[in-house]
Amino acid sequence: MIILQVIVGGLLLGAVYALFSSGLTLIWGMMNVVNFAHGDFVMIGMYVAFWIFTLAHGGPLVFGPAAAAVLFGLGVWAYVGLVRHVMSGTLLSQMLATFGLALVLRYSALWGFTSNFRTLPDDLVGGALNLGGILIGMPLLIAGLVAIGLTVALHLLLTRTMIGSQLLAVSEDRAAAMLMGIRPDRMQALAWGLAGIGAGIAGALFATFYPIAPTVGESLALIAFVVVSLGGFGSVPGALISGLVIGVVEALSAYLWGPVWKDVVVYGLFVAVLWIRPQGLFGK
Amino acid sequence: MTAPRHALGLAIAAGFLAYPWLLTSPFYERMGALVLLAAISASAWNLLGGYAGQASVGHAVFFGAGAYLPLLLFTKLGWPPVAGVPVGIAVSAVIALVVGFPTFRLSGHYFTMATVAVAELVRLVVSNWDLLGAAVGLSGPAVPRGWWDLSFRSSVPYYYLFLGALALVLLTTWQMQRSRMGFYLRAIKAGDRAARSLGVPVRRYKLYALILSAAFTSVAGSLYALMVGFVDPDSGLGILISVEMLIIAALGGAGTLFGPLLGAVILIPLQNATNSWLGGTGSGASYMIYGAIIMLIARYQPGGLMNAWTTLQERRRRRAAPMEVRRAA
Repeated sequence: MIILQVIVGGLLLGAVYALFSSGLTLIWGMMNVVNFAHGDFVMIGMYVAFWIFTLAHGGPLVFGPAAAAVLFGLGVWAYVGLVRHVMSGTLLSQMLATFGLALVLRYSALWGFTSNFRTLPDDLVGGALNLGGILIGMPLLIAGLVAIGLTVALHLLLTRTMIGSQLLAVSEDRAAAMLMGIRPDRMQALAWGLAGIGAGIAGALFATFYPIAPTVGESLALIAFVVVSLGGFGSVPGALISGLVIGVVEALSAYLWGPVWKDVVVYGLFVAVLWIRPQGLFGK
Repeated sequence: MTAPRHALGLAIAAGFLAYPWLLTSPFYERMGALVLLAAISASAWNLLGGYAGQASVGHAVFFGAGAYLPLLLFTKLGWPPVAGVPVGIAVSAVIALVVGFPTFRLSGHYFTMATVAVAELVRLVVSNWDLLGAAVGLSGPAVPRGWWDLSFRSSVPYYYLFLGALALVLLTTWQMQRSRMGFYLRAIKAGDRAARSLGVPVRRYKLYALILSAAFTSVAGSLYALMVGFVDPDSGLGILISVEMLIIAALGGAGTLFGPLLGAVILIPLQNATNSWLGGTGSGASYMIYGAIIMLIARYQPGGLMNAWTTLQERRRRRAAPMEVRRAA
């Protein structure tokens, strides 16, 4: 029974991984840029949630949308102010730009908020669900369900709406999209904004059950890389499936060998995939 | 044009040779040695990241191999640490082969991410491996048993040791730059596919560059371990070790011979200064400034400072050219 509980917990956590990784995969697939600051976007979302709760006593329904709004702004700014100017440059300068952003975000948070771990009160989203002997904490359950819902919503937005078609058009052929009256710059800024929203909400969801620290972004970014490369670059459904897989793998290895080894197993899996199927498990 | 440049080069070389006599306090001696050490590892990174355009954020693995093996062989077998240097190089070369062979099939971004993952994987494994001292780390000889332990109290002997190693790295880079390999790597940097269509053996030369780069990075790690006499997972394998190499090379100019040295001369003293102004190494203020610097470099001067200098010179020469034409007429 306990192993079932571990698997369900892993699936729910994996759903949140999928939510923030889908933003990374969207940007990557669309303009072939890797955002090294993506994990730190999630970290900022966590702090937005923490400070809104601590200073203004806003609950999850307040800090969730607030984190989404702040990160939408940060995402659009990162594109308009930084990435847009380096996109035509070398790979190294693209990488340096977002890597620099990651360092600035991470270490300003460390400097401003100290390295202390912070937590929201346990009873903020209280209770647990008992599913025939499987105990699932309410914060994790809600986080997982919201994350799955939003990831599916992003997929529908991309495949079923006008805006989605315009985004895809820009990612397939920038020049042709321009001839069709689509403004690629605006679409790419929107993609960064959407990625920001995903990261911000994921951060707010994490904040309800995860300790908040300035350096969490580093390991979250690595998880997003692993999810994206397993799922295939640019594929939101791929990110959803591989996010869930990574969540379960992580939970099982933590349960079987102890928490220290869960990252080792996940990174090891990534390196193994590199060796065997470098285009990703679900990639073409 | 060449005469003043030779003079400048000689003056700079003389400056580096005389530095320990010019600033003779333990603080400046140590800082000088640290600048040279950073220049060695950034120059080593530059061979792959700068010339071949394959940006690695995992070079800490090679630095760590170079730092750990001499101290491991000292702790377990009592070897003088310096005898472990070639072992570190060999291990680094093997790691380079194992990692480089699969990842070079893919585009540059993929390579970068893979290097981050491998480096973190190695750091986590070493942090839990008792043979390698786990989280505590390994130490060198507390009291030197003889000159061959290369354990000195002053930083000056290390300064000259590092200067020699830096000269070796720069000489190798210079040779490579002018050889067939240099041209191949620049073609690869401009575009894998175009290079392959011109008959460049792309993967083979990427691997050569990686192995060469790994070997010199390992030497930098060994020199660090010789001077500090101690290594733990953070100081030998932390991701910030890799990041620092990349930032220093990019600031001075990735893919230029003297760029990494210039970057180290600027960044290491700056790091010292920010740490003392903004309080402690723990607050991370210096990495905040690092981040801002590389963001600005990427945005406004992607070629680094060396490139900015060359562009400036060329502009001046172009402005001067019409004068010469007139004189000739």
